[in-house]
Amino acid sequence: MPGLGASFGRGGATNFLEDLSNSDCIVIEGSNMAECHPVGFQWVTEAKARGAKIVHIDPRFTRTSAIADLHVPLRMGTDIAFLGGLIKYVLDNDLYFKEYVVAYTNAAALVSEDFVDTEDLDGLFSGFDAETRMYDEDSWQYDPEESDHSGAEQPAEAAEQEQSDDHPDVKSSDRAQSSGSGGPTIPSKPKRDETLQHPRSVFQVLKRHYARYTPEMVSEVCGIEPEVFEQVAEWVTANSNRDRTTAWVYSVGWTQHSVGAQYIRTCSILQTLLGNIGRPGGGIMALRGHASIQGSTDIPTLYNLLPGYLPMPHAMQHGTLDEYVADAAGKAGFWGNKRSYMVSLLKAWWGDAATAENDFAFDYLPKINGDHSSYRTIADMIEGKVSGYFLVGENPTVGHPNGRMNRFGLANLDWMVVRDLQMIESATFWKEGPEHETGELAPETIGTEVFFMPAATHVEKEGTFTQTQRVLQWRHKAVEPPNDARSDLWFYYHLGRMLRERLADSTDPRDRPLLDLTWDYPVEGETQDPSAEAVLREINGVGADGRALSSYMQMKEDGSTSGGCWIYCGVYADEVNQAARRKPAAEQGAVASEWGWAWPLNRRMLYNRASADPEGKPWSERKKYVYWDEAAGEWTGADVPDFEKNKRPDYVPPDGAKAQDALAGTDPFVMQGDGKAWLYAPSGVVDGPLPTHYEPVESVVENHLYSVQANPTVERIPGPWNRENPSLSEVFPFQVTTYRITEHHTAGGMSRTLPYLAELQPEFFVEVSPELARLRGLANGEFATLVSARTAIEAKVLVTERMRPIRLGGGQVVHQIGMPYHWSYAGISTGDSANDLLGIALDPNTHIQEDKVSTADIVPGRRPRGPELLEFVEEYRRRAGVDSGRVGVNGRAPVDADAGEGSTL
Amino acid sequence: MTSISSVSAAFTGRDSGNRLYGPVPDVTEQAGYVEEHPERVGFFTDTSVCIGCKACEVACKEWNTLPMDDSHGVKDALGLSGMSYDNTGQLGANSWRHVAFIEQSRAVDLPMPTFGRPGDDRHDHGPSVAGSGDPDTTAKAQASVLNVEALSEFDPQTGQSGADKQVRWLMSSDVCKHCTHAGCLDVCPTGALFRTEFGTVVVQGDICNGCGYCVASCPYGVIDQRKDDGRVFKCTMCYDRLTDGLMPACATACPTQSIQFGDLDELQARADARLATLQDQGVETARLYGRDESDGVGGVGAFFLLLDEPEVYGLPPDPIVTTRDLPAMWRAAGKAALMMVGVAVTAIVGSRRPR
Repeated sequence: MPGLGASFGRGGATNFLEDLSNSDCIVIEGSNMAECHPVGFQWVTEAKARGAKIVHIDPRFTRTSAIADLHVPLRMGTDIAFLGGLIKYVLDNDLYFKEYVVAYTNAAALVSEDFVDTEDLDGLFSGFDAETRMYDEDSWQYDPEESDHSGAEQPAEAAEQEQSDDHPDVKSSDRAQSSGSGGPTIPSKPKRDETLQHPRSVFQVLKRHYARYTPEMVSEVCGIEPEVFEQVAEWVTANSNRDRTTAWVYSVGWTQHSVGAQYIRTCSILQTLLGNIGRPGGGIMALRGHASIQGSTDIPTLYNLLPGYLPMPHAMQHGTLDEYVADAAGKAGFWGNKRSYMVSLLKAWWGDAATAENDFAFDYLPKINGDHSSYRTIADMIEGKVSGYFLVGENPTVGHPNGRMNRFGLANLDWMVVRDLQMIESATFWKEGPEHETGELAPETIGTEVFFMPAATHVEKEGTFTQTQRVLQWRHKAVEPPNDARSDLWFYYHLGRMLRERLADSTDPRDRPLLDLTWDYPVEGETQDPSAEAVLREINGVGADGRALSSYMQMKEDGSTSGGCWIYCGVYADEVNQAARRKPAAEQGAVASEWGWAWPLNRRMLYNRASADPEGKPWSERKKYVYWDEAAGEWTGADVPDFEKNKRPDYVPPDGAKAQDALAGTDPFVMQGDGKAWLYAPSGVVDGPLPTHYEPVESVVENHLYSVQANPTVERIPGPWNRENPSLSEVFPFQVTTYRITEHHTAGGMSRTLPYLAELQPEFFVEVSPELARLRGLANGEFATLVSARTAIEAKVLVTERMRPIRLGGGQVVHQIGMPYHWSYAGISTGDSANDLLGIALDPNTHIQEDKVSTADIVPGRRPRGPELLEFVEEYRRRAGVDSGRVGVNGRAPVDADAGEGSTL
Repeated sequence: MTSISSVSAAFTGRDSGNRLYGPVPDVTEQAGYVEEHPERVGFFTDTSVCIGCKACEVACKEWNTLPMDDSHGVKDALGLSGMSYDNTGQLGANSWRHVAFIEQSRAVDLPMPTFGRPGDDRHDHGPSVAGSGDPDTTAKAQASVLNVEALSEFDPQTGQSGADKQVRWLMSSDVCKHCTHAGCLDVCPTGALFRTEFGTVVVQGDICNGCGYCVASCPYGVIDQRKDDGRVFKCTMCYDRLTDGLMPACATACPTQSIQFGDLDELQARADARLATLQDQGVETARLYGRDESDGVGGVGAFFLLLDEPEVYGLPPDPIVTTRDLPAMWRAAGKAALMMVGVAVTAIVGSRRPR
């Protein structure tokens, strides 16, 4: 989550769910919280019972809207325009929290003279390279202080890295992700103007950037009435001050856009101006997509991160450990201890084999050399560059956009291991699916050998979930898994054990990393399941005395400590599994610090130093949370202070201070290099230091602001299997959004197969407005066919006034179609797969797909079957002027139509 | 404690204990639990906080191992109902909780909501219009009639959608009412239906003979026969869980406390307070349903807070226990019988009269 990471220093929700009940106003935007997070929604319900205003901003009227005080039906893909309008409203009417903004944000920092805004370059920031379609971020930097207060000389390695930073292979490997915990690095502290009047101060840059975001412009772009905008603005600002706080809630309705990270950045700017970060009832509540997704970025399943948001070493930059940590050496903030975290990680993995002499086995780590993200890898499969694949708890042929492209990818592997609870479509793609109907795939042509390994469910294994607010909760095993089903821990431990046994006699140096691993977990029970607690303890880390560490502050760079994920350090403090604590709410305070364990260091609310004023006193009695106790000489309050416990509020760093010592007593954002919340991001976000409105990649509306239509840095994966619908096309005249509904779970493997859930939503359906139904002759309960440049799918139609056409100022009417994506051919509840309709275009920061908005046509009746489907779609492509051509065997590069090879198109 | 023979009461026509109609102070005691018995328990379903997640439906089916069933009461024949997000349709032998979804919309200046489910116009497609929009229709649908005064008048419980349109999506989890005067129980000839020590009404599957009298006698249409089996089934308020000191499955699963379980008198007090709060907030349409002990079923054990007329939710506005008229019927039958006896006697006596 670089949006939050670049703004505040950590890529996680700033508050916790229970805290929503303290909010005076809750804005849910880019989230259908009641449907997708029904259990957490109880805190919204409670806030409402206490009198809070609930606003739901969403193109669709959902079960969340049904409980809200106001539903704002904005056009899909226009959230930056709406939030930008709120920012302007706050700035113009002097409604920002002045003392908070001056003290705790970078509003006073001066920006480099070289920076040029999108408003002056018609939609581009300075530094754009038209050839690589990437930005050089040098001109976005702060204007540096004359004397560098952080004091350290820049190590030579860091200077070298700055040279290679601009190499496309390095850029594309996604440094933005590394700000999950720890803000992006900045060369030095900026010049400041505490009056905020300097024309190059962040505050003035911000003002100019959003000058055009008037209520009228918001109305024109978003398609909502100015009165509704005013109502939201009034509620939000009236509930954001010393005594009151407003919370913002988002989830994948924001992240899954070509400008997803910038959506979150816009909200971060607004909430920072309003002084709502780090205060009870405020914050930005990022709801993660499903169970332990937060955990899977903390201890990542991402190719470019190591545990604790340490970046994956890059082959071109990081030949040695010194080079790896060079960018952090001597810098302010807790990221300055990067070497300690990395050495402890290497010690946890390679134990005694990691020594100071061999650079703590830094060489054992694999290095990345480019973009190896999920969708890029699918394209690489089609090109024959990938031979094997592990598919674990994921059903990409249904859950990924462009299911067709995903199936072509899997068809070009040598082998694939699928671990799942059910025989999902991604495991059976080689024998059935839409391309088998059209004749494009057949078992005879697919060489992929599929190994299906049944997996244990969450009640059949032990371990932790890290949920949406960074809390680790321990699960005990309730029953043994049936038959051959096994836990993930069992699978990887025994796979590793067998590989090591086979290589035991190897003298090949390339086998050393595997053979030197600490792979000695105790096993339990009949199935020889490894002990999950032993793994958790290794993650926590161990000191020189052999005892579990209690804080990452204890980690050393000399190799005397180990720890598998520095931000999780403390989860096993005092040799106790802190994640297993379950003290009932009635026996502890509202913050419930003794329920599970939250990273970092059991802090439930991040940046909570900001809940007190610069002197350390609560902003108000009503919003008292963490404050300075002068008598005791420490920070205290309802939560664990997210600040050094004994650092005085009036502490000023001496010259030459490093790491945390370089942050002042008034710098609450302790993971940022300057300790401030970033209204303007001089680095860390690859598509601009300030969010600006672009249309989605596939839009039926022209960009009202610039001649640049969509995000200029958007990532595309061109290929005959991933054609893009042209924007403003009459052939694909309607906007489509995809989403989930309460009754089903993501790609459906865990719900379409269960009778009690299948019967609640038994068929694939799409939702349309009565106006669109009239326009296209669609009937409720009957079939309709949706068409894109990828393929055509059919669905039952629900006609509902909850969907509505959007009328823009110029008279243009935008029809929107809602399409839940749970279905495919397997299971009890079946249908075509919504994601087959979508193409893949990606946010350049996160490589996350834009599946919340695309275009399509919709017509009554069922789709053509068999090879006729290909001709039907091809006819649309021809009319839309999209490159067409036949897809070769197993989706390989298109071949000449006369060659007689492959399928008919 | 008097005898519990309803026959005698019916014959006398003096139903002093209100055994067939009217309020009953202690329905459990009246049912024969003379020893110290638990308080009468019930459900208070507050539909104003229901989010339609259907966790109650799933928890109920899981706990009671009910079979899959689609909206038409047909097993294994799944299909989209086309009625908003409701694919359960109604309470039945295999669905003991049912979440209703009611979509309403109105232009902001109109005084009353218009009702209707999507697709009421399904046979009226209208002419297909070429191009990217039908400006007249859309303009009409979107015409802004809003002013700032109007915004402040919105019922805070309804979802205001944009400036021009009020859209309301009512959700309500329906269940057996566990009536004070339960028609099903009163007419059951085998004793399969009985009143538990908690004051709830439960059917015993091993005694039910499938006669179906109870189906016709329920004023809410709750109890239902399983088609392939013949016996009747309905919510037991998780009698098995209650006897183990657990809450019913649905109330346990409900994430927003829309379904509250507890002692009935406490729930009633809570509901009265909630109603007062909502009315203070200006939700004038809020009302309690089944709370009134002097209604046609003597009040119910599972009552509701609704945001519209009961009919909107598919609930009868004025349910009356079918056995209310039993005394009168028995009296009429008795009179008829007496008359017939009299006629017969007269005839016999008359026939014996010597000529």
